[in-house]
Amino acid sequence: MQVSINVNGNQVNEEIEDRTLLVHFLRDQLLLRGTHWGCDTSNCGTCVVWMDGEPVKSCTVLAAMADGHEIRTVEGLEQNGQLDPVQQGFMECHGLQCGFCTPGMMMTARALLDRNPDPSEEEIREAISGQICRCTGYATIVRSIRWAAVHEASTKQGSNS
Amino acid sequence: MTTVETRLTEFADNNEKPVGYGRMLRKEDPRLIRGQGNFVDDVQLPGMLHLAILRSPVAHARIKSIDTTAAAALEGVVAIVTGADLAEKGLAWMPTLSNDVQAVLATDKVRFQGQEVAFAIAKSRYIARDAIELINVDYEILSPVVDVRKALDPDAALIRDDLKDKTDNHCFDWETGDAAATQVVFDNADVVVTQEIIYPRVHPAPMETCGAVALFDAVEGQLTLWSTTQAPHAHRTVYALVSGLPEHKIRVIAPDIGGGFGNKVPIYPGYVCAIVAALVTGKPVKWMEDRSENLMSTGFARDYIMNGEIAATKDGKILAVRTHVLADHGAFNGTAAPIKYPAGFFGVFTGSYDLEAAYCSMTAVYTNKAPGGVAYACSFRITEAVYLIERMVDCLAYDLKMDPAELRLKNFIKPEQFPYTTKTGWVYDSGEYERGMRLAMELAGYDELRKEQEERRARGELMGIGISFFTEAVGAGPRKDMDILGLGMADGCELRIHPTGKAVLRLSVKSQGQGHETTFAQIVAEEIGIPPSDIQVLEGDTDNTPFGLGTYGSRSTPVSGAAAALVARKVRDKAQIIASGMLEVSVADLEWEKGSFHVKGDPTKSVTIQEIAFKSYGAGDLPEGIEGGLEAQICYNPSNLTYPFGAYICVVDIDPGTAVVKVRRFIAVDDCGTRINEMIIEGQVHGGLTDGVGMALMEMIAFDEDGNCLGASLMDYLIPTALEVPDWETGHTVTPSPHHPIGAKGIGESATVGSPPAIVNAVVDALKPFGIRHADMPLTPSRVWETMQGRHVPSI
Repeated sequence: MQVSINVNGNQVNEEIEDRTLLVHFLRDQLLLRGTHWGCDTSNCGTCVVWMDGEPVKSCTVLAAMADGHEIRTVEGLEQNGQLDPVQQGFMECHGLQCGFCTPGMMMTARALLDRNPDPSEEEIREAISGQICRCTGYATIVRSIRWAAVHEASTKQGSNS
Repeated sequence: MTTVETRLTEFADNNEKPVGYGRMLRKEDPRLIRGQGNFVDDVQLPGMLHLAILRSPVAHARIKSIDTTAAAALEGVVAIVTGADLAEKGLAWMPTLSNDVQAVLATDKVRFQGQEVAFAIAKSRYIARDAIELINVDYEILSPVVDVRKALDPDAALIRDDLKDKTDNHCFDWETGDAAATQVVFDNADVVVTQEIIYPRVHPAPMETCGAVALFDAVEGQLTLWSTTQAPHAHRTVYALVSGLPEHKIRVIAPDIGGGFGNKVPIYPGYVCAIVAALVTGKPVKWMEDRSENLMSTGFARDYIMNGEIAATKDGKILAVRTHVLADHGAFNGTAAPIKYPAGFFGVFTGSYDLEAAYCSMTAVYTNKAPGGVAYACSFRITEAVYLIERMVDCLAYDLKMDPAELRLKNFIKPEQFPYTTKTGWVYDSGEYERGMRLAMELAGYDELRKEQEERRARGELMGIGISFFTEAVGAGPRKDMDILGLGMADGCELRIHPTGKAVLRLSVKSQGQGHETTFAQIVAEEIGIPPSDIQVLEGDTDNTPFGLGTYGSRSTPVSGAAAALVARKVRDKAQIIASGMLEVSVADLEWEKGSFHVKGDPTKSVTIQEIAFKSYGAGDLPEGIEGGLEAQICYNPSNLTYPFGAYICVVDIDPGTAVVKVRRFIAVDDCGTRINEMIIEGQVHGGLTDGVGMALMEMIAFDEDGNCLGASLMDYLIPTALEVPDWETGHTVTPSPHHPIGAKGIGESATVGSPPAIVNAVVDALKPFGIRHADMPLTPSRVWETMQGRHVPSI
């Protein structure tokens, strides 16, 4: 079947096998390999991308279901050569080690900050609780997202004044 | 020096710290935060085919027949391969890392649920999966051996009838220490405490599963294998031995690895299948296992039933420890352990205490479960050893009605006793245990916590405080004692300074997230004065790096870190001779100050390392006997292991109504000797502590009576999320290793080793009002509830 999907702002029209999972469509067909795959049961969250602005687990979405929708992946976080504050925060606060869960974590973090620019530690932990990181023990991920929140707040303040 | 870490509020910038140790942002992060890492499943080659493995649905059965007709006829299928096909090529069996053999594809019997039976090669992932569904295997079901305690019963089914003259399920016996001397001490002790302690089977479950892409160039006879391996060089040698391909025609590439934790040390049948598939089809072939395959068939960890005994005086002087261990090794002995150490380094079960005697005997058996046995950040079975001793010490404290901190402080090996030889023959290099313990107690506010606990208990609340103090043994070799499949545990390292003073460092180890590209650049920067940003660190490609045994058992910094420092010093020595020519003074008249040599007494007469590098390749003569270029290579053979240690305190609250355990606080004081990058060390500790919460409270690979794996998905095998763990509180002391060139010890597994007993001790402490002295992991709500009702049953 044919799908037409907006991926990171680009309209793509592709022929797919009906049963293709969104994660495999992104990785194998569009070669956007920053989105990872880590389990069969929608538990790990390494595959999180946005569909129409909401984080979804792309292993549980058929590419066909994304037809006519907007998808944003980790490759779409950096804008005009400028890292997203979430990406910067993960580097600054050691929010990643192996980097495998990181794209999914960052997509969830970006969505959280868009809804709630000043989340508490508890709110951050709740937001990423559908995702697993085996390396970091989460504390540095929480700090990374807080870093992004604080950084964004100060940037906004700077541009308002 | 005792320092306490606080929460970081400011972050140093790499560029502001040109050389040396300290917090530095990671060189690997820019690609990973952009989704530009290169993991095995990211490798795509023109014409690449996909491989899927059919696995046994049952634990023990004879294969009567395999019908591949329908699968082979499916459109898009290139080939179906069975054990019989491999047997024709002599590839149906392969050696394990413990000198046992393991079936690549089953030919006679299946011996565990999830065992590899056949594979399909197809044009897409999905078609390969479709194809294996169409393979029809006729099994004759055999009685499975699931209960490890019954594995040696005379009527137990024989699992390993493939081994000549094998008549039972016995795998090996092992002992350490002095049985007779220990018996004497036990006979004369005031107090003897015995307790069965179980470390259940758990799984490392890295977020990236295992996989490989194999490419075979028939004209050149060249095999290239991208694979999820922590030990690319060791794997290459094994592939050469197994396949008969010459070693120089095999290139193993471990690209970015999505977590290992020991899971990616062994060679799995899937890797061999991918190689065979590439040879058979002449096309590149990718194999990526799914999560269930990872949990069901790859290297598990632990699975020890330990009968612990501890002898002491009535005022709490610990005299001796003794244990008998029943070890479940699954269907094939796939443990990655040196030949002399079939139980890994379990011999350090004497812990951090000055004992009169110790003895351990072990019986290892085969069962109808997945093979493995050393994985999951355990430093070769030290996790089990530390859990045993730290649980036993708490049992003793319970019986003596002593405070567990006081009991430990009373029995520590004293600083002046180092190097300390344990009763099982391990030579601990350095330690200041009391200092670490007191710092942890201070950070925790130990006395106040005990007061709070008393008040809460009076109100019927269940609060527990758990302590563990561990000594790790990491950085294997020396090569005279330690090997993997006969390959000595030493590591090569090459450093090359380019004409413009930039450098490339080549390592034999392989990061799976530990940040080698950063830490090793810092080690070299400290020695030779070139900024870390100017040092490229290469690893994970056997064609481009020197031979060595790889990354596991926290051995990268103790072994390759030493190699990196020493190779840099070797380069610096040569640079000094070249500098003496440039400055026209004798070598002895030069002084080194990070980054340059100057004439003693005249700092204005100096040359930088970059200038020396250019000179070494440049026009004009060099001092007599000096070859051009500025590079060196070494192979470092450690003289001993390093022995990091730490004091951990855990505070838990248990809901009396639901028995849910909440880890409220966790204080970790670690000592890994010289600290290279604070940020990375803290990250290593945090990750290990989270592993500890998982194992203590959630994780277990259990089996039903038919041998069905009950932990075969992340729905069933529970891993901590951000909600199950607290914000970690860390501190550290620094006791350098006397034999390591920069005084560093390993840190990668300290927290995984040290945290489970602290958590279990805290839970048991919370349950003290119920008269509980021990409960087995995983302390899930149901297990805690049963314990509170006096109905605790062993987890195995």
